[in-house]
Amino acid sequence: MSTLAYTVSDSATMLRRSLRRLQRYPSLTLLLVGLPIVFLLMFVYVFGGQLSHGLSSAYAAGHTGRAGYLNYVTPGVLLMTVAAAVQGTAIVVAMDMTGGIIDRFRTMAIARSAVLTGHVLAALIQSLVGIGIVLGVAIALGFRPTADFIHWLAAVGLLGLFAFALIWLATALGLAAKSVETASNTPMFLTFLPFLGSGFVLIASLPTGLRQFAHYQPFTPTTETLRGLLTGTPIGNYALIAVAWSIGIALVSYLWARRLYTNTRST
Amino acid sequence: MRTTGRAAVVVTAVQKRFGETVVLDGVDLTVIEGTVFALLGPNGAGKTTLVRILSTLVPADSGDARVAGHDLLGDPDGVRSSIGVTGQFSAVDDLLTGRENLQLMADLNHLGRIAGRARVDDLLDRFGLMDAAAKPVSTYSGGMRRRLDLAMTLVGSPQVIFLDEPTTGLDPRSRRQMWNDIRELVTGGVTIFLTTQYLDEADELADRIAVLDRGRIVAEGTPDELKRRLPGGHVRLQFAEPPALRAAAALFDDATADEEQLVLRVPGSGDVASLRQLLTKLDEAQIAVAELSIHSPDLDDVFFAVTGQSTLEEAA
Repeated sequence: MSTLAYTVSDSATMLRRSLRRLQRYPSLTLLLVGLPIVFLLMFVYVFGGQLSHGLSSAYAAGHTGRAGYLNYVTPGVLLMTVAAAVQGTAIVVAMDMTGGIIDRFRTMAIARSAVLTGHVLAALIQSLVGIGIVLGVAIALGFRPTADFIHWLAAVGLLGLFAFALIWLATALGLAAKSVETASNTPMFLTFLPFLGSGFVLIASLPTGLRQFAHYQPFTPTTETLRGLLTGTPIGNYALIAVAWSIGIALVSYLWARRLYTNTRST
Repeated sequence: MRTTGRAAVVVTAVQKRFGETVVLDGVDLTVIEGTVFALLGPNGAGKTTLVRILSTLVPADSGDARVAGHDLLGDPDGVRSSIGVTGQFSAVDDLLTGRENLQLMADLNHLGRIAGRARVDDLLDRFGLMDAAAKPVSTYSGGMRRRLDLAMTLVGSPQVIFLDEPTTGLDPRSRRQMWNDIRELVTGGVTIFLTTQYLDEADELADRIAVLDRGRIVAEGTPDELKRRLPGGHVRLQFAEPPALRAAAALFDDATADEEQLVLRVPGSGDVASLRQLLTKLDEAQIAVAELSIHSPDLDDVFFAVTGQSTLEEAA
């Protein structure tokens, strides 16, 4: 086999291992999917009636009241699902790096990248499954996307790309963490970013400073693009900015993670 | 026991420091193919660091090393494909079962589906893990984990195996079993580089021993050579009655007498010439000796002599 074939085969082996580990540790996945579902229920049923008053019918995809707010908030909650899921990635990566088996991998003639590739691909599958579950709950509650097949495809592509970017970021954070506890905390800020953007309210309703921040942080363009694709709200140049953010985050985090992984030296 | 042959591991002037601390201060050693080499030393002597360097985990600051004919710096992947490492901390995946752990190694060694499965079964059987094969490793006992760890190291049929303190923390029975497993490996022709802080372990298993203390090799040789090199070997003479003991004690200036046990210890290596001399002396003085034994020092004595400290003290 060629080097490339070995790399692919080793990465596939590591992906199987990572998936099996996630399977053996289902409470983590459940916990991480549970968080966005709780927020979805809370925001729709507790705050939804009130918050829906601020929405123009365009943003509520033609619905009014609670149903309208559900249509508005679901894209933000889906991105929150990604943010919550990658918190698990950081934990899993840190658990692996602080365990003994990583040293065994390092002393074997296997593709160096395979360990991280396995984690990232498994996390991507985990995130997409999580998104599927949360989306299912949203639809059960009454979320009515207007997207056609092409728009759905684009929405899944965007979610996948965004997840890929945050997973690499979480992988780097997991590698940088000295302990599993630290790794479970550092990516937590990602879960809050949908709130400080257009995930739950219109950014026009935010105070100036916060509005500035919301305008320039990656969750806002991504939320707006996803919302546009799913419910037909205007996208404008948000799509381009969203894709650029994802690619940028993915690239920088990948380089950081690779550096951390190669340089990890325990005494 | 083999003392000549091709070198499996050659270490030349390897140095390593972590910050201000010098961990390895110019280590040279050679391990002959198909033998067991024990690196003996107290905690913090630098044993694990040397293993981590030789297994490509950490680079040395200076010096050269070749493992299984591959240069450590120039061809780390060549080294990796020839070695197996079982470290001090178990390198198993706790969330997977024993069989899955071994299968993972088979896949990463690209053994192929059928050959891989056969190898996994063979190793499960050989290490007595067949009954626990389907259980997650987190439920295994210390001894079982260590055996699985070693079995995982063997999946890729390595030529050189590094065992970093393979029996630390094991109960006596598991320890014996591990020794047997290690002996079996050697009959298969592999080279074993073992680190240990247990003198009896090195004595039991090794063809050659190097004593590492504060980053330097302070003594090297076969277990017997090390013992012989040492002052402290003596001939032990047992007498039936005190007058004989006293008479004998008068003959040898440097002897120490134990009046209670009626024992006289005469320093000496116990070789034939000096024994003959000793017996002649006793004969001429017509002293009856009840029993004679030659006591060569054990490795604890060796350690004390070469490092000036007892291992027990160090471990405490």
